[in-house]
Amino acid sequence: MQTQEPIIIEQDQEIGTCYHCGEGLTDDIINFDHHSFCCQGCSTVYEILKENDLCRYYSLDGPQGISPDQNDYKEKFDYLDLPEVSEKVLEFTDGQRGIVNWYIPKMHCSSCIWLLEQLHRLHPGIRSSVVDFPEKKARITFDQQQLKLSELARLISSIGYEPYLSLEDLEGTKPSKWNRTRLYKIGISGFAFGNIMMMSFPEYFHMGAQGADQELMNLFSIINVILSIPVFFYCASDFFTSAYGALKARHLNIDAPIALALASVYANSLYQVATSTGSGYFDSLAGAVFFMLLGRYFQDKTYAGISFDRDYKSYFPIAITVVEGTQERKIPVGDLKTGHVMRIRNEELIPADSILKSAAARINYSFVSGEAEPVGRLKNDTVYAGGKQMGPAIELEVLRPVSQGYLTQLWNNDSFTRKKEDQQQTLSARINRYFSAAVLTLAVGTFAIWALVLKDTTTAFNAFTTLLLVACPCALLLSSTFTNGNLLAIFGKNKFYPKNAHALERLASIDSIVFDKTGTITLANESEVRYQGRDLNQQEWVAIKTLARQSSHPLSRMLVKSLKDIIISKRELLDYQEVSGAGISAKYGSQLVKLGSASWVGTAESSQAANRSVVYVSIDGQTVGHFIFQSKYRPELELALQNLQADGFGTYLLSGDKPTDRPYLSGLFGKGSPLYFEQKPIDKLRFIADLQADGHRVLMLGDGLNDAGALSQSEVGIAVSDDINNFSPSCDAILEGPQLTKLPGYIRLAKAGQQIIKASFVISLLYNAIGIAFAMMGQLSPVIAAILMPISSITVVGFTTMASNIAARRCLKN
Amino acid sequence: MSALYILILVSLVVALGFLGAFIWSVRKGHFDDDYTPAIRILLDEDEK
Repeated sequence: MQTQEPIIIEQDQEIGTCYHCGEGLTDDIINFDHHSFCCQGCSTVYEILKENDLCRYYSLDGPQGISPDQNDYKEKFDYLDLPEVSEKVLEFTDGQRGIVNWYIPKMHCSSCIWLLEQLHRLHPGIRSSVVDFPEKKARITFDQQQLKLSELARLISSIGYEPYLSLEDLEGTKPSKWNRTRLYKIGISGFAFGNIMMMSFPEYFHMGAQGADQELMNLFSIINVILSIPVFFYCASDFFTSAYGALKARHLNIDAPIALALASVYANSLYQVATSTGSGYFDSLAGAVFFMLLGRYFQDKTYAGISFDRDYKSYFPIAITVVEGTQERKIPVGDLKTGHVMRIRNEELIPADSILKSAAARINYSFVSGEAEPVGRLKNDTVYAGGKQMGPAIELEVLRPVSQGYLTQLWNNDSFTRKKEDQQQTLSARINRYFSAAVLTLAVGTFAIWALVLKDTTTAFNAFTTLLLVACPCALLLSSTFTNGNLLAIFGKNKFYPKNAHALERLASIDSIVFDKTGTITLANESEVRYQGRDLNQQEWVAIKTLARQSSHPLSRMLVKSLKDIIISKRELLDYQEVSGAGISAKYGSQLVKLGSASWVGTAESSQAANRSVVYVSIDGQTVGHFIFQSKYRPELELALQNLQADGFGTYLLSGDKPTDRPYLSGLFGKGSPLYFEQKPIDKLRFIADLQADGHRVLMLGDGLNDAGALSQSEVGIAVSDDINNFSPSCDAILEGPQLTKLPGYIRLAKAGQQIIKASFVISLLYNAIGIAFAMMGQLSPVIAAILMPISSITVVGFTTMASNIAARRCLKN
Repeated sequence: MSALYILILVSLVVALGFLGAFIWSVRKGHFDDDYTPAIRILLDEDEK
């Protein structure tokens, strides 16, 4: 039991916004240096910036600052100085100079870029810092003699930009660096395409028949051959390796006919030049390679700052505090062994299954199990990994190392190793199967007629290769790559981030939608607070809010937040008491106000208390009523569900939580939608698998680790997150919570995308038919090929871009 | 006619020069981040 001195509460001032972060000012305003701040954190950052003459930060974009995490403590980053950790965190070191490239998720505006590149003014040990905004990374060069790694992290965190460091980074599974090779290939093929075209112009106009012109034509041919070498052997190499890989696995992919066409056209062109029978089709070849590479580049350009492949490792801390006797020590999480005693502070994650050694703990498992309410644990209870302690620091004895924990076992399930990106399943692959067969039959037939019936072997070879060239499925490839690329960009603008084009194609085919509850359709940090009891007068409301303000307990904070219309009093509270696990009390004037559990205020449990958090209130020993805390559902949910059901999707709810809100939810989901509660992560995964066994194609919406299995088992797993830079489990797409209403529109647009690909394929088929007709007659001259190829490519690209933009406007309006 | 040979070779060399410049700039990382430099140039150093 602790008693505190009387507390003086600041009076409310005129309502404005915080000078640092721009948030609305509420209760206690800090005035400093003629500016108002919403919290201590904001004013501290201002003070640091002011001291270092960095106040331009505020004049760039206005109040865009970030309030540092209040739960930070001084030793938080000490683990970075452990040699085995720092070795992996440092990108480069020579003992003196060190370079780190840190992911800073809070970076969001040009002020951030400016400030993070001015770090050298905060500490002389920092040499330079360069920001990569799309990746949200800052590369910092610093002097290791003057500044320790932990001090650097603390310094950046102190101005609000905490670096995100996870276990995953330490295990060397960093995402591969941006691939520059593709740019080289595009550049070289573009260069060769342009120049070969220039060299081919005389041929197009049938010049170079006589004398000196003949000499020039020979030179042009030689230059064309030289220019085509890097195109064929370097730029187009991806098509050959991919086709070869598929052939070895005994199936045909879309690259196989492309590789065949490229190879036969190249061989025929070389033959023509060598025997002086023609000038070959180098221009069309280089053009086709250039356009196809461009299309792939466009399609694969994704969101650099978002990570889709996170597993539990990126959710876990890197190091943990271990208590040995009276000494505290930081060790890497991977080194935790059975018998170690960990100390977990407020809001910290418990990384390993363990036994509670402290008297009591309140653990929030919402991310792991989907339970909305923090659970209480007593001494010697087993505590599973993944929960976050809410409240004072606790000590736990490790039962099992991290890798054998209950939480990590889920990741051993098959669905995590299965790849969803099946080349055979994409639309273009399915079309391609028929297309390739038809083209090959035509080509072989043409060859046979010329060679056997008309006895003209040269034309036979020519007709065969040119037919493959014009019918080369590059138009098919272009229609899907450009449509998908454009759709990905449109979705990104609308705050929906699919991982890649495959995810889009699968999204177009789903028929069932499964929702998780906690965090997905409820708001993570908000709660609906309902009061039940006798009417309270204004003064009593003020007393309750003033009292609740004193406690940092999550329920008190939510209570204060819900009473935003009440203005707290500057009156002094006397005899303030806070008993952990019970409640708070104080004298407000002459009134004794108590807030807390039923036993704390001295009343019986309410009938509504089952599975809900309830805070009871008593004034002068009289119980006046209680507050009920309920999870708050996303306001967008109802409309989204109505639209989805109107579109004919089956909807399901799979919750890890208790069925407290079943009546409300069944009203919301309607009669036809099954609702399941108290589902363990593995149950969710099996449920999805069962749906799939019944022939359904499933979209899963989830947010936490408990959904991770279901997300990867489903055809499309969408992680719902209020902040896309926060942790989200591995998934196929990330959706910003407030955009949930647009989900039906997103699915419709994905379907429209598939239609557009089919339509543009028909267009390119028309061009192909013309080309094939010429080719079959052995009449496809290089000039016709050179005109047909780019025109069909440009038409297809133009059509898909326009059609997908129009479709987006139609599907995503409102 | 012989002037053409020289012209063609010179034009190829010039084109190769540009290709070289492109490859150099990719290698130097000019295309790694196409957003931040555009912002950075608008943020001047503090005038003291």
